[in-house]
Amino acid sequence: MSDWPLWEVFVRARGGLAHRHVGSVHAPDSKLALAHARDTYTRRLEGVSLWVVKSSDIVASDPEQAGELFEPAADKIYRHPTFYDIPDEVKHI
Amino acid sequence: MTPSLPPIRPEDEEIAETSRPAGAFDAPAAGEADPARFDYLLRLGDDSLILGQRLSEWCGHAPALEVDLSLANLALDLIGQATHLLGEAGRCEGAGRDGDALAFHRDVLDFRNCLLVEQPNGDFARTIARQLLYSTWQHMLLERLSGSSDRFLAQFAAKAVKEIAYHRDLAREWTMRLGDGTEESARRMAEGLDWCWRFIPELFEVDETVDALVVRGAAPDPRAFEDEYRAALAEVLAEARIEPPAGQRPILGGRRGHHSEHLGHILAVMQFLPRTYPDATW
Repeated sequence: MSDWPLWEVFVRARGGLAHRHVGSVHAPDSKLALAHARDTYTRRLEGVSLWVVKSSDIVASDPEQAGELFEPAADKIYRHPTFYDIPDEVKHI
Repeated sequence: MTPSLPPIRPEDEEIAETSRPAGAFDAPAAGEADPARFDYLLRLGDDSLILGQRLSEWCGHAPALEVDLSLANLALDLIGQATHLLGEAGRCEGAGRDGDALAFHRDVLDFRNCLLVEQPNGDFARTIARQLLYSTWQHMLLERLSGSSDRFLAQFAAKAVKEIAYHRDLAREWTMRLGDGTEESARRMAEGLDWCWRFIPELFEVDETVDALVVRGAAPDPRAFEDEYRAALAEVLAEARIEPPAGQRPILGGRRGHHSEHLGHILAVMQFLPRTYPDATW
């Protein structure tokens, strides 16, 4: 079973929230990947919806490029929503 | 002509409402001796308990970590069901035995599970074969049992049927993958099915206990869904490219306490602790 591909697992905790990455499972195909994700990550009522994506299908940024990609944002505090009040009704920000 | 019965007064309706659950006048009152119902609850409870115990033997030994969790989850579902069923059996019996007493302080001859669930795990393929045969049957039974006139059985079945739908689907998926996999996995899957096949007829046996519950609408007659069951298995096997095992001599007796030698070994492990340390607590 060591030849099973790796799948990344995303769980939606409840309606209205985005799916969040929670970990990964090994499985021979997408259907069993969903089953394994269900059995591994939703045993304690953690979610209402699951996504699995083959890890090899994820395109990741190169850590070598972290400087040029992310550092320029460091001194741009005006991009943070801290200069106006957020109404109490707005959740999950 | 005058009616032979006096007219129904409002207070009569009130009495009727409270006299039996959900107006089921034929259902025996709580505490009233009902050996058939007790026996039926034991059968369902013991099926779940023994299969759950069997599956839990895979814990730490399954072919992959993910499969280990899958099988342990099935086991926990089943042991949860057994807790409900044996607890209700104890209340039905009214002799002061609770679910634990029934699970841990009965001997082989008093167990009422079918022979299929006590069969050894064998390899992974045989475990899947056993699961396919049992979960497919259990799902069809629970679907019908959720319409039972017995309030406990109806409520239990309505809840458990969702768990078992997953068990059945998982067993189907694995049967197809092993059957339609490599030469070795196909051979093992066929051997697993071959081992388990002779225990199917017992699932559709009707005796006095089943009869007594069927008559009062408390349980379905299993023979009514045997064709559907055989067709469902045939469909999975066709998908898995496996020939259905040839006709075998049926082996019966579990429902009457006539078990294979395997059950004693299960009980020895399962019952050891509460029998050796009767007052043990968490």
